Amino acid sequence: MERYIGRDLARPDGPAKVEGRAVYVADLDVPGAWVGGVVRSTVARGLLLGLDFDPGFDWRTVAVATAADVPGENVVALIADDQPLLVAREIEHWGEPLALVAAPDELQLARALAAVRPRIEARAACFDLERSPRVFKSIRVAQGDAGAVFRDVPPGARVVEGTYRTDSQEQLYVETQGFVAFPPASDGSVTVRGSLQCPHYVQKALARALGIAPEEARVVQLATGGGFGGKEDYPSVLACHAALLARVARRPVRLILGRHEDLAVTPKRHPARVRVRAAFAADGTGLALEADVLFDGGAYTTLSPVVLSRGVLHASGPYRWPAAEIRGSVVATNHVPYGAFRGFGAPQTCLAIERLMDRAARELGIHPFELRLRNALRPGDTTVTGQRLEHSVGSLEVLEAIARRTGFDRHAWGAPHAESGPRRRGLGFSFFFHGAGFTGSGEELLRGRVSLALLPDGRVEVLAGSTEIGQGTQALFTAIAAEALGADAADVVLATPDTARVPDSGPTVASRTCMVVGGVLAAAAAELRQRVGDGAASWRERARAFLAGGGDGAVTRAYAPPPGARWDEHSYRGDAYPVYGWAADVAEVFVDEDTGEVDVARLWTAVDVGRALQPRLVTGQIEGGALQAVGWAHREVVSARDGRCEQDRLATCIVPTTLDAPRFDVTLVEVPYPGGPFGAKGVGELPMDGGAPAVLSAIEDATGIHPAQVPATPERILDLLVARAEEAHA
Amino acid sequence: MKPIFDESDPVELRLCVNGAVRTLCVPPLRRLLDVLREDLRLTGTKEGCGEGECGACTVLIDGQAVLACLTAACSAEGSEVVTIEGPGFERARREFLEHGAAQCGICTPGMIVMTRAWAEACRRDGIEPTEDGARAALAGNLCRCTGYGAIVAAAVSTAREGFP
Repeated sequence: MERYIGRDLARPDGPAKVEGRAVYVADLDVPGAWVGGVVRSTVARGLLLGLDFDPGFDWRTVAVATAADVPGENVVALIADDQPLLVAREIEHWGEPLALVAAPDELQLARALAAVRPRIEARAACFDLERSPRVFKSIRVAQGDAGAVFRDVPPGARVVEGTYRTDSQEQLYVETQGFVAFPPASDGSVTVRGSLQCPHYVQKALARALGIAPEEARVVQLATGGGFGGKEDYPSVLACHAALLARVARRPVRLILGRHEDLAVTPKRHPARVRVRAAFAADGTGLALEADVLFDGGAYTTLSPVVLSRGVLHASGPYRWPAAEIRGSVVATNHVPYGAFRGFGAPQTCLAIERLMDRAARELGIHPFELRLRNALRPGDTTVTGQRLEHSVGSLEVLEAIARRTGFDRHAWGAPHAESGPRRRGLGFSFFFHGAGFTGSGEELLRGRVSLALLPDGRVEVLAGSTEIGQGTQALFTAIAAEALGADAADVVLATPDTARVPDSGPTVASRTCMVVGGVLAAAAAELRQRVGDGAASWRERARAFLAGGGDGAVTRAYAPPPGARWDEHSYRGDAYPVYGWAADVAEVFVDEDTGEVDVARLWTAVDVGRALQPRLVTGQIEGGALQAVGWAHREVVSARDGRCEQDRLATCIVPTTLDAPRFDVTLVEVPYPGGPFGAKGVGELPMDGGAPAVLSAIEDATGIHPAQVPATPERILDLLVARAEEAHA
Repeated sequence: MKPIFDESDPVELRLCVNGAVRTLCVPPLRRLLDVLREDLRLTGTKEGCGEGECGACTVLIDGQAVLACLTAACSAEGSEVVTIEGPGFERARREFLEHGAAQCGICTPGMIVMTRAWAEACRRDGIEPTEDGARAALAGNLCRCTGYGAIVAAAVSTAREGFP
């Protein structure tokens, strides 16, 4: 009988958050700390000829750092080493850091920043992903001979094609990014505390930039006010800047971005253009798929190769394709570098394939639900990488659940409307999957670790690098540890993610914290339980007796890939992910044909999460992710002019409010995954994938137009409505 | 970096914060937000944007919800200021925890303060607390984690106290 699995545990981080006691980076009281700021490029591409310092300013009152002051390598260490910490000569994007300043207070800092005059020679910049001169990474996935099917279309078969575009999107964590860095200790070690998702990423970056060993760089996570991927890679930049300033100023430095600066310079979702075509037999059976995926990576590599990989691997949708060819490239432009955002490349390609399925349904005269059902991957099927799906394939279960809940399978989608007046109602549909954990051999190479330490009083301390960023890591890990130990939740203590204390569990990304790190935690706890032994006495009594008898209460376990998993990085064949989450959405919208405004009234979603270890947390992830998806679908505009973000404040960077959010209806479907803790698999990103295609599908149902770009803003909808009206006249 | 509003000479200011009278010497147009967070070290009130768009800095002045980032400290002279650290939030805090309405927590203090202001307005004016009412009351408070459903439910439960 399980005590903690499937039952909601009180969040350990909850009381401090509702009482205002949780300490975020801006709340940290650091006596003697100076404030830091960044001198930034005002052009998207150019040469930094020099930095002039106004002689009228007293420079002895502040500390300044330039590229020449970087003690280690002038790089932001991540995948490639192409991004400098501070520009030495070549400027590649607007807002690129040129110099750093620290001052005793905000006023003096503002004066100092204004007294630095960069001399810049502007150069021609590229902002068009289709005209980029440089490719960061290309990937090809192929199976069978898709080209042959399109060259020689079988009799009765039909080819459907489309080009779909998605714009960028801002994560909009409500806490801006920030760090406090401390000057080097006498032994040369450096400490930073901040808002972040991945402490060990920051640690590696600090070591490279400061020229110290990783263990000499200590990274401590503070309460973190949202991340959504936005605090995956950029904290490495900010922590290095803060540490460099603390070193030069010889005192602690707080470097906390204001909202304008955060919006203007931190990485957002990759804009994309996806061309896709598919051949279907007359009965709707998919015969072949071709997709051409193009992502704008911005000025530097950052995480783009991995984002592209996930985008390409999700371009097939959750469907059987006997033949497929998917090509993808991520290219360089002079936009601010794009980075991680929940979904990580998949929402872009999911939008394309789901829009194409709607178009195919219309052209084939088959109900869109029926077309998905006919082509849905089922247990025993293989994906376009040749991965045979054996475990936890909830595809048919989520389709059945969403149909039961909404009746969409009987809705006359796309039929002409009888309504009078401008306000049109529509229902739209999407079916999608999302690979949980890292792509390919990622988890095997990383071998994320978790440690447990038995404390003298018999409690168990969990040491993991996974961060609590709101999703509920603390409650989840407490529940998993208590269940696997056979102990009370009160017997479990969680260590703060502090690289001086916790092992590298891998980053808090890729829907991997529950399934991968939680799995390692459960295995470690099972091992400790075996050592301590079961019995009638309480856990703490048994644990204390075990320690008194000289028992070793320290356990460390590392991730072990499922037996038989294989992946070829070169050919992109094999098991692309350990397992997939499956989901289907139905959106209800009202479209005003006079204004192009869209109101998303309701969103139903059925989600296969394997097992909902903490149902309230899972629902929170699904509703929160779905609202981000709905916002992206029609409301959240992110654009750049001459490489500069046009929505650099909350007055223009619009995200949904309580009044904009649809009413959610979440159905949890549980098809347990034997490779995850207590049957769980990842859920964090999955809900981001399906919202936009469902909303666009609903707009099509309401109006008859086929929106092919996200966000479907009123302006874009009006353009399509006008074009439709002109077509009707002609 | 945050905006600087007032470089003028400090003046003496008396504020009643969470029931205690505090005497400060600050520039008259210093933001109430900075007085609370920096001078009084009451850091439960959060800054999300500094220009009145996100609601994270919501506090009560004489029972009215105001944005501390847009309020000059001197304008609160002689008023009762209540922040998330103050008394009277027990019910709302409990409801937020029970509904799973706090995730990352950065919008939570502002949400809870606004919930209380709305709940008290409902009681005072005898308005039945509804989901639509809660959504209208909380429309100025941004949350990026929850999708709002849990927050709205927690707010309605809070405000229903005292209603049949």
